[in-house]
Amino acid sequence: MLALIVRRLLLSVVTLTIVAVVVFATTELLPGDWATAYFGREATPQRLERLRAELGLDRPATERFASWFGRALRGDLGSSLARKEPVLGLIASRLEKTFLLGGVAGLVSIPLALALGIIAGLTRGRRADVAISTISLIGMSLPEFVVGTVLIFVLSITLQIFPALTVVRADTSFVDFLPNIVLPAATLTIVWVAYILRMVRTTMIDVLASEYVEMATLKGIPRARVVLRHALPNALLPTINAIALMLAALLGGVVVIETVFNYPGVGLLLVTAIRNRDVPLIQGIAITIAVMYVTINLVADLLTTSLDPRLRSLRG
Amino acid sequence: MVGLTIVVVHLILAFTAPLIAPYSPTHIEPSVRLEGPSADHLFGTDSFGRDNLSRVLYGGRVALLVSFTAAVVAVTWGGLLGILLGYLGGRVDEVVMRVIDGLLAIPSLLLIMLVILALGSGFSVLVLTLGYGYGLTVVRIARGATLAIVARDFITAARARGERSRTIVLRELMPNVLDVLLVEFAMRSSWMLLAIASLSFLGFGISPPTPDWGRMVFENSELLAIAPWGTVFPVIAISSMVIGINLASDALSKAMGLERTQEAPL
Amino acid sequence: MSQKLLQVDRLTTGYRTQTGHMVEVIRNVSLEMHEGETLGLVGESGSGKTTFGMALMGYLRPGGQVMAGTVRFDGVEIFGLGPNELRKLRGKRMAVVPQSASLSLTPTMRVGDQIAEVLTVHVGLSGSELSERLLELLTQVHLPQVAELARRYPHELSGGQLQRVAIAMGLAAAPELLVLDEPTTGLDVTTQAHILDLLRELQEHFGMAMLYISHDIGAIARVSDRLAVMYTGQIVEDGPIEEVFGRPVHPYTRGLLSSVPRVSYAGLPRAMDGRPPAPGEHEVGCSFAPRCTFADETCTTIDPTLEPIDPDAKIAHLVHCHHWQRVVASEDFGEMQDLKARTKKAVELEPLIELTEVDITYAKRGLGAFLRRLRGVPEPPMTVSDFTLTIHRGETVALVGESGSGKSTIVRTIAGLLPPRAGRIRYGDQDLTTKVERRPIEIRRKIQMVFQHPEASLNPRHTTKQIIDAPLRLFFKTDREQRLERSASLLEEVRLSPRYLEWYPGQLSGGEKQRVAIARAFAAEPELVLCDEVTSALDVSVQAAVLDLLAGLQADRGVSYLFISHDLAIVRAIADRVVVLYQGRMCEVGPVERIYAPPFHPYTETLLAAVAEPVPGARARLLAKDVQEAEPPARGCCFQRRCPRRVGSICDEETPPWRVAVEGHLISCHIPLDELRESQVDLISTSSI
Repeated sequence: MLALIVRRLLLSVVTLTIVAVVVFATTELLPGDWATAYFGREATPQRLERLRAELGLDRPATERFASWFGRALRGDLGSSLARKEPVLGLIASRLEKTFLLGGVAGLVSIPLALALGIIAGLTRGRRADVAISTISLIGMSLPEFVVGTVLIFVLSITLQIFPALTVVRADTSFVDFLPNIVLPAATLTIVWVAYILRMVRTTMIDVLASEYVEMATLKGIPRARVVLRHALPNALLPTINAIALMLAALLGGVVVIETVFNYPGVGLLLVTAIRNRDVPLIQGIAITIAVMYVTINLVADLLTTSLDPRLRSLRG
Repeated sequence: MVGLTIVVVHLILAFTAPLIAPYSPTHIEPSVRLEGPSADHLFGTDSFGRDNLSRVLYGGRVALLVSFTAAVVAVTWGGLLGILLGYLGGRVDEVVMRVIDGLLAIPSLLLIMLVILALGSGFSVLVLTLGYGYGLTVVRIARGATLAIVARDFITAARARGERSRTIVLRELMPNVLDVLLVEFAMRSSWMLLAIASLSFLGFGISPPTPDWGRMVFENSELLAIAPWGTVFPVIAISSMVIGINLASDALSKAMGLERTQEAPL
Repeated sequence: MSQKLLQVDRLTTGYRTQTGHMVEVIRNVSLEMHEGETLGLVGESGSGKTTFGMALMGYLRPGGQVMAGTVRFDGVEIFGLGPNELRKLRGKRMAVVPQSASLSLTPTMRVGDQIAEVLTVHVGLSGSELSERLLELLTQVHLPQVAELARRYPHELSGGQLQRVAIAMGLAAAPELLVLDEPTTGLDVTTQAHILDLLRELQEHFGMAMLYISHDIGAIARVSDRLAVMYTGQIVEDGPIEEVFGRPVHPYTRGLLSSVPRVSYAGLPRAMDGRPPAPGEHEVGCSFAPRCTFADETCTTIDPTLEPIDPDAKIAHLVHCHHWQRVVASEDFGEMQDLKARTKKAVELEPLIELTEVDITYAKRGLGAFLRRLRGVPEPPMTVSDFTLTIHRGETVALVGESGSGKSTIVRTIAGLLPPRAGRIRYGDQDLTTKVERRPIEIRRKIQMVFQHPEASLNPRHTTKQIIDAPLRLFFKTDREQRLERSASLLEEVRLSPRYLEWYPGQLSGGEKQRVAIARAFAAEPELVLCDEVTSALDVSVQAAVLDLLAGLQADRGVSYLFISHDLAIVRAIADRVVVLYQGRMCEVGPVERIYAPPFHPYTETLLAAVAEPVPGARARLLAKDVQEAEPPARGCCFQRRCPRRVGSICDEETPPWRVAVEGHLISCHIPLDELRESQVDLISTSSI
């Protein structure tokens, strides 16, 4: 197990290096350099000069990448151009909010999706399955901003239960902040449940058709035991990895949802950063998201390895 | 069947928009701003007094074209690379897959926004960036499907005969992976539609004044309380289109016996 | 006469196709079973035997339904029971031993827990009583180190061990009826012999009735009291096993029995014509009529009924045939054709391919291996070591051994898919230690392969025409029309009609697919054809036909075969010379008739003793323990761990010498041949009594 963790950590470093290169290269694509990009029409030769010197833009790209990457490895992601604050601190303060949002959505959606997916798999082709599958299909087909907009329309504009947009002042306490989470988290939950339940349903159907479930049935043990002891663990194992791959991929949706609700998380920060062409901040966020992706997948991998006896003996 | 019907209706409407739209989608008529549905304006008008119906009819054209083309791009390069990696195996496969895994760690949405910021949201930029982003997952899927086939004896037979790699990939492997790729194509197109809508909503999509569903939702959602129809109709348009594609791709994969775990969009 | 336990009355089951019409799988089957009786149910693939076995348990696969008839177990109609009542019956009074234990045990549960839940649910045991009974059961099926084994997961056990676990699971609640669905299929011959022996022993102990479902007539003959023969969902013959074997009255039973290759005959079994109809394909009359030599107009219009041949017999012998009296009267039974008596081009003494001291391993030579060597980890033993063999023109050499013996590895090496680590391979003046890509095109053409599973070796997206065309296109500079003509004539040579050219493999039966694969190999006009278990995935009646075809092609074209098989009966029928392999090492090599008579290498002896001849009541001699070895021993004799004739530490330490019995018959053993010959019996003639 330890060897596996070490191996996976090393691979993660490789992954993150690739991410760093690609992100850096893409920001190099931006017309002009960071300085002109940042100032836009307000650029004056003096201002540009000063900023360029400050950022060391006169050096070649490879050299700048090396120094940026070197500092990033030590935890220094530079300063935001727009806010003149350290990128790391900016991200950290927003990350907390995004984690809160994602955490709430995850805690609600994963158990809900598992339950619905299992029910749908068990009742394949019957009414419950058709209902659940249809809802899931619709959930998958609606863009996040549409779900968000509909929720705003129904719950905040028509019924006026929750605030439509998040308003945070410096003195807003945690408890006062909570109502702001409900709508974005609900939006995220709807989309995630739709995807995860579909996946659980498919694996469940596969497993229920397997010979070992048939054998368990022929052993005359109670149906509940067949489902819980024989089918479920085997259906969940592949789901864990898939959920991880998906959660990381669905982070894109978080960006949209935070924008819809003006929710002060990393996603909103990213959109603002891109609009402001705040290159150090963009790079910092990209790296942060990649780290999250890698971590989630690492955890999922370790989880399946420790739960699946076949993988356990395979990987020692 | 239902799915296919929806898709076809959408395609027809998009193609014939210039013929059936009652107004020009960009025509501004200040006298009829934010009107509700009426005989003159079936879907009402927006804050500039533009006809919502005409804008909805036109609003899918670019998005549909972009997403179908980008899906072709994604499935082509992703599929070919995936098949090749699955066939070659060994070191090449290991190294390239490591890079692909690394690239998957970058949210495509971020990358696409950056590229659009740098190069503008022209047709080819959108097609290429979306085609790239979604192709990464296609590589994984095509490679997986290929691995299952490469182990079969008819590939061994072809290798033992001494067929060239190109022949093996194109004649032996390709026909067996094609159905997987076809389903991929259908699913990718629906996700791309969603992505384009989201991009437009964030202000990175097809640039105004070209009408676009995502952008319409964005522009009109602020006025949701007073003029909901401006939001409602484009929302219905996007959703029904995506539902249609999803239903069709479900039916497709079922018909091909490929009912399987679906991967995530971005 | 003991009590009736099971009574099946005119049972018909079927399923609805996608186009909406019903296809019958089990057709009007009536059958009785008594307490403590063992009924063998034999049938080829698709005959409905598994569906029938499951139906007895009140279980139909999704989509299946009972269309008519009843199944009564101890007087209770099974399909009239609710799910809860059925559950109380299953596992407790009637149990199943599944076909493939490795797929039928839940991968995430310890094997002990899977047996224990039967004890908990049906017997009501718990605590120390439970664990005691569990270990007792595992001991009863002769598993080693039971306490530790109970805590293992299915993937950690060998195939034989899994099958024993499955049997223990079936017997846990001491059921009155045990349905065994192909319980030894896919196991090695020695393992199979052990399992069959175990079943006999367990039946004496537990006294349950057994329904033994199999396509393997040899295995059925060993365990059954009575035999029922199933064809296209119907029972065509049912009677005491000695009677059915000794005097089969249904033409299908006759054909089936005579198409089984026997170790005790040197000849080729007789092939049956045609193929069984697919489910739903048959419409009126007797379903066997199209393949039957006795059939007349009655047969093609009226389906016969199952009737006793002697109404006064104590145990009924039933047959489903209009003309069984004519069948009985005919003498046409049991005759074998001697393949070698056929005009076969003489084996020339010109060597075609020579392998000398070949070592093969799958271990890679990359960085990992280098690092392992640095750490002092010894290199794993070679998969195949010191393999030396010459195949002459027109000769058939068989490689014999159980799974893991390295047979397929050698074939892959000759085909150029896995270059050897050491040794020489010469083909004329051409070196063959190279990968296939490096070989000249003429060599690639001269060596062709036929695989075990035609499902896997034919591209499902290519028509027969495209499949046969591939080698023609690659090796010959002919135009499209010539190639098409050639493809059609090749199909005729493998006795398939040219209309098959446009068909896809999915539309062909197993035997037909294998014929297409053979046609593809011969399209290249090869000199050496590598046949890797080419008949083992086929039904017996088809198997015989394919062997016949291969023999005919050899007679016409003078090709050489390297014929891989685990089936000693088939090998005896087709080979000129035999090489016995164990763990990639040669044990014995010699002319075919020498191999089947003493002196034997102890491994050859073990294999031959384990063979299940289709003779009622025959019992195998179990000479060696049934253990699967992960890798060959690093030193000494390869068979040291299982050898029943071990002489001592010399076997572990020193490589045994090659001892020459007669010219060309060599045995690698530390025991002198005279000693072996004296202590060994002629297994073939004694087992066929």
